[in-house]
Amino acid sequence: MSQALQAQGLVVTLGGREVLHGIDLMLQAGRWTAVVGPNGAGKSTLLKALAGLLPSEGRILWQGLALQDIPRRARALQLSWLGQGEPAALDLRVLDVVMLGRLPHQGWWPAPGPADHAMVEAALQATQAWDWRERTLGELSGGERQRVLLARALAGNAPLMLMDEPLANLDPPHQVDWLEQVHCLKAQGTTVVSVLHEIGMALHADDVVVMDAGTVVHHGPCDQPATRQAIEAVFAGRIRIVRADGQWVVLPRIG
Amino acid sequence: MRGTSTAPMSLVLLLVGLAGLVMGTAVGSQGWEAWWTAGQDPVMAQIVMDIRLPRSLGAWLGGALLGLAGAVAQGLFRNPLADPYLLGSASGASLGLSLCLSLFGGSVLATQWLPRLGMTAAAFLGAVLAVVLTLMLARGVQQTLRLLLAGVVVGVVLGALASLVALLEPRVLQAMQGFMLGSTSFVGWTSCALMALALLLTLAVSWALSPVLDALTLGEPTALSLGLPLAQARLWLVAAMALATAAAVAQMGLIAFVGLAAPHAVRSLLRCTHAGLLWLSALMGGTLLLLADVLARWTLAPQDLPVGVLTAVLGGFYLLWRMKPAAGGRA
Repeated sequence: MSQALQAQGLVVTLGGREVLHGIDLMLQAGRWTAVVGPNGAGKSTLLKALAGLLPSEGRILWQGLALQDIPRRARALQLSWLGQGEPAALDLRVLDVVMLGRLPHQGWWPAPGPADHAMVEAALQATQAWDWRERTLGELSGGERQRVLLARALAGNAPLMLMDEPLANLDPPHQVDWLEQVHCLKAQGTTVVSVLHEIGMALHADDVVVMDAGTVVHHGPCDQPATRQAIEAVFAGRIRIVRADGQWVVLPRIG
Repeated sequence: MRGTSTAPMSLVLLLVGLAGLVMGTAVGSQGWEAWWTAGQDPVMAQIVMDIRLPRSLGAWLGGALLGLAGAVAQGLFRNPLADPYLLGSASGASLGLSLCLSLFGGSVLATQWLPRLGMTAAAFLGAVLAVVLTLMLARGVQQTLRLLLAGVVVGVVLGALASLVALLEPRVLQAMQGFMLGSTSFVGWTSCALMALALLLTLAVSWALSPVLDALTLGEPTALSLGLPLAQARLWLVAAMALATAAAVAQMGLIAFVGLAAPHAVRSLLRCTHAGLLWLSALMGGTLLLLADVLARWTLAPQDLPVGVLTAVLGGFYLLWRMKPAAGGRA
């Protein structure tokens, strides 16, 4: 399996405070990696830095090339980003929002072609948001908006997809839909990295990066006992990961 | 073109604007007058062609500049309350004008050329320099919040200085009052030409960068991830906003609410991307100010009500009315 995304000695300082302390990471192509950890562990900061959206020290390599050396538009074609709590463009129609995901594929003045329209429709169908295409985001619920924003990220059709809390506001059936969507992306060879608070969902990933206090404390496949032990440890033993009905579930450890 | 079709609304606004232009040529010191007699009466022809028509056209152009600047400001700062004067341009124009009047206002020479050229140039320079000062204090356009704060600081400080200059010289105070209230009385063909040029330039720049404004509605990280040149685009958009505002303020003084209300009025009628919103806000701003100008000239004829007073009152009521549905649902 080839290396897709690599971080070497990644340090991020925000407001004079070092948030990430020299992270080394190697993510493999065509796999889904979930990033988990307690609040304030630096998960979102790591994802933003990997996307090149934050100034950082150290090196980030995408398919062997330094990320900062890849021109802005070429980088946007390689990398699709779904942020945490993106402000909703309430006045824009769903179709217009999702079409924004096609901007990197268009010229200096966006004139969507048939391929753009087809990709937007496919993304909206995949997130079951096609029926709302003429509505504005302001007319949708939080979960519905999240599905539209996911469609916007999918429409980019990039080989690397970074998603920060993609399950926010989604009800359980749509969380399952998202999971199936990720498996589809993997099948197409897309590398997926997602920050997740839903540990049970994260344990469906191929690999898990466990973070605490700005460092990576564990990085390994989900099916290793060490991975589950590391997750339980960073949550100070307040959760328990157990096997039920053929999958891993997370229970709170009360008392 | 992306988004909902803007053609029907554009057509309606252009037709209303044209009707306003016709009405503008028919309102004189006696109220409605038969302008169609201008063919037989050379004095009437001169009044229509050299006073009423440029004034009406100027009101439309000034309103269009403010409407466009308002839409750019609201998109750029992602704040529906942003208006064209946000970066201190209004206070800068006031200070430029008060300094100009204070330095040259009393001389015989001044009465000849100041009203036409010097005052306009001083207001324009003041507005542009205020925005440059804001940009320097904010250390560029990278941080929106810092830019907003710097704009507020520059606006307050320059406004206070303008008031101080006006207080020290009572004759400046009187002249400044007309400027502060906003008026189209002195708009001639030269002013129209300058404003038309500014409108073409700023419309072209902001329209070309409208995808950036669309992407910014999803937040800065997302806009960056889409490969957009945010820093350069912001600088061009701020420049377009400053030029549009300065061109309008220099010719007509401080016209309130048009820049704020025009984009809101468009959004209340049509949901579209910024490519449509910018164009329609310009058309809406032009139409609003032209109709307000006609009303201002007609209401108390032969007295001329400062159009800025009318736009402030009408604009205030309009925004209050727009706030009403927000009480029961979203803003």
